[in-house]
Amino acid sequence: MLHTVSGPGSAGHVGSTAAAPLVAYRIMLRARLLDDKFAALSRAGKIHGGVFLGRGQEALSVAVGVSLDKSDVFAPLIRDAAGRLAFGEPLIDAVRTYLGSALGPMRGRDGNVHRGYPREGLLPMISHLGAMVSVVNGVLFARRMKGITGCVGVACLGEGATSTGAFHEALNQAAVEKLPLILVVANNQFAYSTPNSRQFACASLADKAVGYGVESHSVDGTDFAGCLETLSSAVNRARTGHGPQLVVANLLRLCGHGEHDDAHYIPTEIKNSPLGRDCLKVAEKFLLEHNYVGADMFIGWRNEAIREIEAAVAQVLREAAPDPFAEEWTAISSKYLMEGHAS
Amino acid sequence: MSITYLEAIREAQAHALRDDPRVFIYGQDVGAFGGAFKATKNLAREFPGRVLDSPISEDAMVGLAVGAAIEGLRPIIEMQFADFSTVGFNQIVNQAATLFWRTQVSCPITVRLPFGGTSGSGPFHSQSLEAIYAHYPGLIVLTPATVEDAYSMLLAAVAIDDPVIFCEHKLLYYHLKSEKLPSEALPVGKARIAREGRDLTIVTYSAMVHEALAAAAELATEGWEIEVVDLRSIKPLDTDTVIASVARTGRLLCVGEAWPWGGVTAEVVARVTAEGYGLLDAPPQRLNAKDTPVPYHPNLWAAHRPTSRSVAAAARNLLRT
Repeated sequence: MLHTVSGPGSAGHVGSTAAAPLVAYRIMLRARLLDDKFAALSRAGKIHGGVFLGRGQEALSVAVGVSLDKSDVFAPLIRDAAGRLAFGEPLIDAVRTYLGSALGPMRGRDGNVHRGYPREGLLPMISHLGAMVSVVNGVLFARRMKGITGCVGVACLGEGATSTGAFHEALNQAAVEKLPLILVVANNQFAYSTPNSRQFACASLADKAVGYGVESHSVDGTDFAGCLETLSSAVNRARTGHGPQLVVANLLRLCGHGEHDDAHYIPTEIKNSPLGRDCLKVAEKFLLEHNYVGADMFIGWRNEAIREIEAAVAQVLREAAPDPFAEEWTAISSKYLMEGHAS
Repeated sequence: MSITYLEAIREAQAHALRDDPRVFIYGQDVGAFGGAFKATKNLAREFPGRVLDSPISEDAMVGLAVGAAIEGLRPIIEMQFADFSTVGFNQIVNQAATLFWRTQVSCPITVRLPFGGTSGSGPFHSQSLEAIYAHYPGLIVLTPATVEDAYSMLLAAVAIDDPVIFCEHKLLYYHLKSEKLPSEALPVGKARIAREGRDLTIVTYSAMVHEALAAAAELATEGWEIEVVDLRSIKPLDTDTVIASVARTGRLLCVGEAWPWGGVTAEVVARVTAEGYGLLDAPPQRLNAKDTPVPYHPNLWAAHRPTSRSVAAAARNLLRT
């Protein structure tokens, strides 16, 4: 049984082209700037409900997204703006969902991070942690029944979700069925405010893999190249028939649980530790040191991303809000079975 | 040749597996063993790779079904007992039931719940949970009372594009028999007049239909003509048929095996009172199980649930009002 612990990555095996780390970095940057915009819109009172950022987790998230093919399955969690963009979610979908546009994928029925296109393999999360894992299992299970081979599915979780029964049931189920599932755990040290010391007692969450009979991978989640390498490897293992893969990335969320939370409970010592490194800066340093790019390129990409985000926000702010009088107000697709419509 | 309620459920699943390649069955012990009640007897052999044992993981069973439904399949999930569906409750009510509303992608899963009390089964193998599921938007809840309905409504459930909670009563499994399977059936969502009468309407469903019919037969010897409405479907609930019956009789008694707080009987009374108040000659009444867990001992169990005797007594009281 494979259990790998990655040191600093070289990104040597990432992607099909030498430009893969650049592609990943630019997506991370867009995700970071998009999150910054949502935080600003939230402060300006333009967003109803919660705002959940992926700051500090973009390297891990983007590594997931760029490791997947369009035909794969992806169940992101709340800090996966980067992974979503990398998987192909249009940036404007995030804006529309946060702003409740009637034109967004959820049409105002659900908001913020609860968005997706199930039939296209992007599963919209429910809030109950661990619940998406078995749904990914189901898609993979059904595809195997239909004779579709070669695809994999990713479910993203935080370390808090590893305490749920749903996590246990689903990982065990995937192992029993030998499904090509990659379970990516962002161990960001705090589940909302609860520290790891109150969440689990094992030395490493990756140790749990042994109990399920699945392979595991541990990686420094602040290490851009390490994340790319590890996710590429885990996805490849799942795709080539080695069953479920548990990936545990250690990092720190560089923001509150949501924008309503100042994260005062995170001790300064952790923020100043290697866990508190900003993966975006780590990525820039990596790209410069390995001569992928010159420093002058970063500002241009940043400005380009800001223009894209501002244009999307400006467009969505002009779009119609959902109209309660146009709503069908039914939760079932079989209209003939609506209450009061018995034939 | 006769066929039982349980065999009808088995035959409906065989029919669905035979006719629709999208159908598969997933649940504990449903494979080679044929299920705890034998509702999937021999199906794993007849349909290789499509009737599969699951781990004891109700949450993941339903989650897997939702994923498979997204991918276009039509899973049937067997909960070994309805009571254990509470472990998969989150996936049913939050994942499956909300999927279409959130995404416009329908979720055609059928969750079979062997439910209701049988003597000696005790608190954790006897529960009636239909009202809890009916409370949530996005679910269809079916409660067949006859062999014919068990068959035709299970076939309908698999064909419905939304999640269906199929409540099959364990007490009816073995002793309820019919000569043959039906070739046609009332549509899902339509209640059935199980017995016609003019003095009082009993609205009920599932195993309680048979207690109500027995009570009606007893009361007939006393000169009363009791109408029995079998709801068949809890959600949607066929209010029209119920109110039409109350319009004929002027008296309503709702009988359910579930617990008394809220629930199907309360819903029926609320609807009739709100929409048919002027039709009532007496205050509508309810008869439910007692407000305790379902007891183990036959003496206690028989007193916990409504029976033909207690239904007849409640009807007599209402007829005298």
